[in-house]
Amino acid sequence: MSTYLKPAFIMLLLLTLLTGVIYPALVTAIAQVFFADQANGSLLKDQQGHPIGSSLVGQSFSDPKYFWGRPSATGPYPYNAAASSGSNFGPTNPALVAAVTARIQALKSSDPSNKAAIPVDLVTASGSGLDPHISPAAAEYQIDRVAKIRQLSSQQVRDLVVNMTQARQWHVFGEPKINVLLLNKELDEIR
Amino acid sequence: MTAQGFLQITIYLATLLVLAKPLGSYMARVYQDESAGLNRWFAGMEKLIYRLSGIKPEQEMHWTQYAIALMVFNLLGLLAVYGLQRFQDILPLNPQGLAAISPDSAFNTAVSFATNTNWQGYGGETTMSYLTQMLGLSVQNFVSAASGMAVLVALIRGFIRRNTNSIGNFWVDLTRSTLYILLPLSLLLAVALVGQGVVQTFKPYQTVSLQETLSYQSPKLDKDGKALTDAAGKPITESVETNQQTLALGPAASQIAIKQLGTNGGGFFSVNSAHPYENPTPLSNFLEMLAILLIPAALCFTFGVMVGDARQGWVILAAMTLVFVALVFVAVPAEQNGNPALTALGIDQIASDQQAGGNMEGKETRFGIVNSGLWAVATTAASNGSVNSMHDSFTPIGGMVPMFLMQLGEVIFGGVGSGLYGMIVFAIVAVFIAGLMIGRTPEYLGKKIEAYEMKMAAVIILVPPLVVLGGTAVALMLDVGKASVLNPGAHGFSEVLYAFSSAGNNNGSAFGGLSANVPFYNLMLGMAMLFSRYWLIVPVLAIAGSLAAKKTVPFGAGTLPTHTPLFAVLLIITVLMVGALTFVPALALGPVVEYLQMIGVK
Repeated sequence: MSTYLKPAFIMLLLLTLLTGVIYPALVTAIAQVFFADQANGSLLKDQQGHPIGSSLVGQSFSDPKYFWGRPSATGPYPYNAAASSGSNFGPTNPALVAAVTARIQALKSSDPSNKAAIPVDLVTASGSGLDPHISPAAAEYQIDRVAKIRQLSSQQVRDLVVNMTQARQWHVFGEPKINVLLLNKELDEIR
Repeated sequence: MTAQGFLQITIYLATLLVLAKPLGSYMARVYQDESAGLNRWFAGMEKLIYRLSGIKPEQEMHWTQYAIALMVFNLLGLLAVYGLQRFQDILPLNPQGLAAISPDSAFNTAVSFATNTNWQGYGGETTMSYLTQMLGLSVQNFVSAASGMAVLVALIRGFIRRNTNSIGNFWVDLTRSTLYILLPLSLLLAVALVGQGVVQTFKPYQTVSLQETLSYQSPKLDKDGKALTDAAGKPITESVETNQQTLALGPAASQIAIKQLGTNGGGFFSVNSAHPYENPTPLSNFLEMLAILLIPAALCFTFGVMVGDARQGWVILAAMTLVFVALVFVAVPAEQNGNPALTALGIDQIASDQQAGGNMEGKETRFGIVNSGLWAVATTAASNGSVNSMHDSFTPIGGMVPMFLMQLGEVIFGGVGSGLYGMIVFAIVAVFIAGLMIGRTPEYLGKKIEAYEMKMAAVIILVPPLVVLGGTAVALMLDVGKASVLNPGAHGFSEVLYAFSSAGNNNGSAFGGLSANVPFYNLMLGMAMLFSRYWLIVPVLAIAGSLAAKKTVPFGAGTLPTHTPLFAVLLIITVLMVGALTFVPALALGPVVEYLQMIGVK
C-alpha cells in the first residue's frame, strides 16, 4: 500500500501548492494590478470616497419615487448580498402565484392610473436575489409614476432611461437592460 | 424563439466547434508526449514533481494498479477537503469568522468535490472560508477533472495497444492533465473573467451604504441569542431598519475558471453563476458557458487523433452535438413560452425588443431566457452542474430537459474524460447490438468485443439508474426524505428525482428548493456520488486492461464501420433507448404530470 500512499500524498501536496496556492495567488496579483476596480467588487464611491454600492449588485427599492428592481428572494431582507438566493418556487406552486399577486398589488397601488400589462421581470424573483438590472419594458412601465412623484415630465425621465439603457453586449450577447441603482442615483441628482 | 436567440445559440455552437479541434490535437500531443510547447517549457517542473514524489514516469501500470493509484489519490483528497472544512474556524484566511462545518455536510462536500460532482448542500458565502475554497475545493476541481481525463486516456490506450498488460502511468496522466491543460486554460479564463467584473481578492466582505433605507422583520432574540416564540410557537419578530448592504467577496475568479473548465460546477457563491460577482455580464456568461463544453468536445478530437482515425472522434462529437442541439430547442422554447399561471394574472411574458419575456422566475435580466436555457442544457449535458438560473423554477418541460440529460448518463459531452469514456462504453454496446443483428463478432477500433467487455459495460450503464431510481424511491418512502421538499405535488417529486439524478451521475446541479443540507440527504447523496463515480471508473479501467491485452484484428468485410453517419445514428439510438426505457416512467410522474397540470390552468 505504501507504494501508492507515498506518491499519492506527495503528489496531492505538490498539486495543492500549485493549484491551490500559486495559481490563485497569481490570478489575484494579475487581477489587482490590471483590474483592481473589478477584482474588488466594482464599487461605487461618493465624493468623500465612501462606498455606496456596487455597479454589479442590486439594491432594494420600494419607495414609489424610485424605479423598482427585480423582486428578491434573499433572507431575511431583500438584496442581502451576503447570502444570495432565488425563490426556487416551481411554476405550479400556489406560493408563486401568491407572491406575484402581492407584487402586482404593490405596483398597482403605487400607480393606480397605469393600465398597461406588467412586464414579467418586474414581478418575478431573480435567480441570485441580487439582479441589478430590469428590462427596458419594466423601466417604461414605471416612468409615469416616477415622473409624477418627482414632478418631472415623463419625457425627461424617459430620456434618462433611454440614456441609461445598455444594449446587448457587442450588440449580440445577453439582453438589453437598465441598472436600477445607477438609474436611481441619476434621478436623485436631477431632483 | 427570437431571431436574436437563434443567433446567440449559433455563435455559441460555432465557437465551441471551432475551438475544439486545435485544443483536441494539442491535448493528444500532450498525452502522447510529443512536443506541444508548454510540455517542453515546463518539462523541468514536471520532472521535479515526479522526483519529489518518488515516481518513475516510464514505469507502466496494470489496470488494477492504475485504479488503486487513482482511488488512493482521490481518497487522500477527500480527507483533505473534509479536514479543511472541519477545522476552518481555527485555520487562517477566514475573514468572516465562519464556523467549522458539521460532519455530515463536510462528508457530503468532500465526496462531492473529490468525485467531480460538485453537488452543494451549502451556500458558499455563508459557509466556506477563503482557505477552504482555495486549498480544498479549488484543488479538487483540478485533480478530480484530471483524474477523469487520466481514465479516458487509459481507455484510449486500451484500443491502441496490443498484447500488453499495461495502460499507462496514472501519476503521469494526472500531472500532465493538470499542468499542461487545466492550469493554463484556467489562468486565461480567470483573468478574462476578472476583466468582466468577477471578484478576486482576499479582503473581507465589503459593507456599503444603501440608497434607500430598508426595513424588515427580524426574529426577536432573548439574552442568550435564542429566537423568542409566542404562545402558538411562532417566532416573534420585530421591525428592524438598515441602511447598509454587505457584499460577499473572495478569491472567486480563480475558482470559477476551473469550476467551468473541469466540468466541476461548484459555485463560489450560493447561487453559483447567477451571482453578479460570479457571472457579471453576458460576455462572462458566454465564456463560462463555452468553458463548460470546451474540453469535453475537444477530447473527441484527442480520441480521434490518438486512435489514428480522426473520423472516429468526429462521429462521437456529431452524435453528442445532435442530441445537444435537439434538446436546446426543447428547453429554450419551453422557457420562452412562460407560465400560464402568470398570464392569467395579466403579466406580459411576450418577448420583444424591450424584454426577454418568458418564465423569468429564478432568471437574471442580463441573461434572459436564451442564455439561461442554453446554459441549463450545456451544464447538464456536460457533468458540470453550475447554474446561471434556478432550475427549480423552470417550467416542467424546461426542467425535464436538464434532468433527462443527466439521466442519459452524462455522455452528451459529459464530464472531462468521464463523458467520453462513458460514450465509448455506449459505442461498445452499440457495436455489440449491431453485431447481434448481422451475426458477426462485434469489433470496435480493431478490438474484439467479448463477454468480459460487455459485462463491464453493463455494470457501467446499470449502476447510475440503480442509484438514481433506488435512491429516489427510498427518499420518498421516508418522512425524513419528504420533509426537505419545498414545492408541493409533482414538482416536489421532481426535486427528489433531480437530486438523485444529479448525484447519481456526478453532475451537481440541483432543484434548489430541496433542503439537502440535512444528515439524511448529505449521507444518501454522498453515497450516490461515490458509487456512481468509482463503479464506473473501475470497470472502465478493466475494459481498458482487457482491450490492451488483445491483439488487433484487421478491418474485414464483416466489420461494422464506426466512422460513418450511420454509426452516429446507431450510437444516438443506443443512448436514448437505454435512457428512455429506464427513466420515462419516473419522468412521467414528475415533469409530465406537472406539465399537464400547468397547461390545465386557465
